[in-house]
Amino acid sequence: MTSTVSERESAIAAPQQDFDTTLIVNGTAHRVRVDARTTLLDALRDRLELTGTKKGCALGQCGACTVLLDGRRVNACLTLAVMQQGKPITTIEGLANGDKLHPLQDAFIEHDGFQCGYCTPGQIMSGLGLIREGRTRSDDEIREHMNGNICRCGAYPNIVAAIKQAAGRRA
Amino acid sequence: MVPFAYAAAPDQADAIARAAQARGAQFIAGGTDMLQLLQERVTAPSELIDINGLPLAGVDVAQNGVRIGALTRLADVADDEHIRQQYPVVVQALLASASPQVRNMATMGGNLLQRTRCLYFRDVAAPCNKREPGSGCPAQDGVNRMNALLGGSPHCIATYPGDLAVALMAVDAEVEVAGTAGPRRIPIEHFHVVPGATPQIETVLQPGDLITALLLPASAFARRSHYLKVRDRASFEWALASAAVALDTDGSTIRQARVAVGGVATKPWRLSQVEQALAGQPLRADVLRTAAERAGDGAQPRPGNAFKVELMKHTVARALLTVGGQA
Repeated sequence: MTSTVSERESAIAAPQQDFDTTLIVNGTAHRVRVDARTTLLDALRDRLELTGTKKGCALGQCGACTVLLDGRRVNACLTLAVMQQGKPITTIEGLANGDKLHPLQDAFIEHDGFQCGYCTPGQIMSGLGLIREGRTRSDDEIREHMNGNICRCGAYPNIVAAIKQAAGRRA
Repeated sequence: MVPFAYAAAPDQADAIARAAQARGAQFIAGGTDMLQLLQERVTAPSELIDINGLPLAGVDVAQNGVRIGALTRLADVADDEHIRQQYPVVVQALLASASPQVRNMATMGGNLLQRTRCLYFRDVAAPCNKREPGSGCPAQDGVNRMNALLGGSPHCIATYPGDLAVALMAVDAEVEVAGTAGPRRIPIEHFHVVPGATPQIETVLQPGDLITALLLPASAFARRSHYLKVRDRASFEWALASAAVALDTDGSTIRQARVAVGGVATKPWRLSQVEQALAGQPLRADVLRTAAERAGDGAQPRPGNAFKVELMKHTVARALLTVGGQA
């Protein structure tokens, strides 16, 4: 390599505004055409019609859009669809096995962990991510590490109880 | 969002060349602040260069310190046992930042570059010298509860809101940067700049510059360090005042100290006067409290944020008492 960085032309393919992407959601590959600006959240809801993931704020402050990306919880509103092509994404629709609910979903029902239900998919996906992160050793730890999910109905104590139960059962 | 083009950088040299040549191009890594700025039209890049494919993640421990790749996610650094033991102030600052979802995506390099939360900056309907140079600074006589006491100017009193950079000040970290002029290392306290007459300039980075790593030297005081964040809510909230402290002690004497504050200044702010008041002094609660009183020196409060002068002093005092085992 003899050319300096300032002399060479970038080899980056000319940047595009529209993309044919493949999003892998709940084990299924979906081909979808998106604008560079399409967030992962909007791609899931509007393009793939997976409306279980909710848009509460679009600014990463409420957690209603929480999904698992490569098994880790993230805010779908804070990333672009084009940036996540090819990576395994899990949404709330991907938890149940037919009619058999995921143990964390069961626990939310048993402990009355929701009222209006709007924050609930995000709470459950975040709770699943939390359990995998192993930060469920105390009620205080659960509360602190669920700080990215807010609930206007105030179901918090029951959400903590549900997560505690699912964590204890090694869900 | 204003339309933009997107491309993934295949390697570091390409990323730097593209960013240096293409006016309006910006890097995107975790994207957790970038997406907010795009949604609210605060920033309007012509193109985003995705650097997530570059091999810049990982925590490398060596004899003389630690090298943390710029693309390492905040969550991964917070989980690192070596960092937790050797630089506790850094892990504490990270765990006090944002939420787990954000920490799983946000990167160490990107976190340093987060923009202010000043409400005028983030509201495109309002004038703002940082966002639109020359348009004015309504914060000076406006709603300024969260604005800066230190490092401000008649053009801008926007607070630097991050925690990590403040913690890095307490452990003498350096920022490793690659650019068109080659690689260089910048001490963290010189990385961010005060607004002065050019509030749109926030760091010493030049077009094309790419943060590649954070370098944390092995040190006598980093192990005995602490981060305290005081805020309106118990969690997931910006600092009203925060303090990163580190002490190098010899038995019951303080050899040297590092004291930096956040949430109160236009950039992460080192309190040299507090450090000087501690150096060579006995490690005693009254000494720590007296030194902390110096935290307010030079503060220029506004009516809305004047309460923060006392709050900052108490935050520094509490952090010193904790790290000094006197709490």
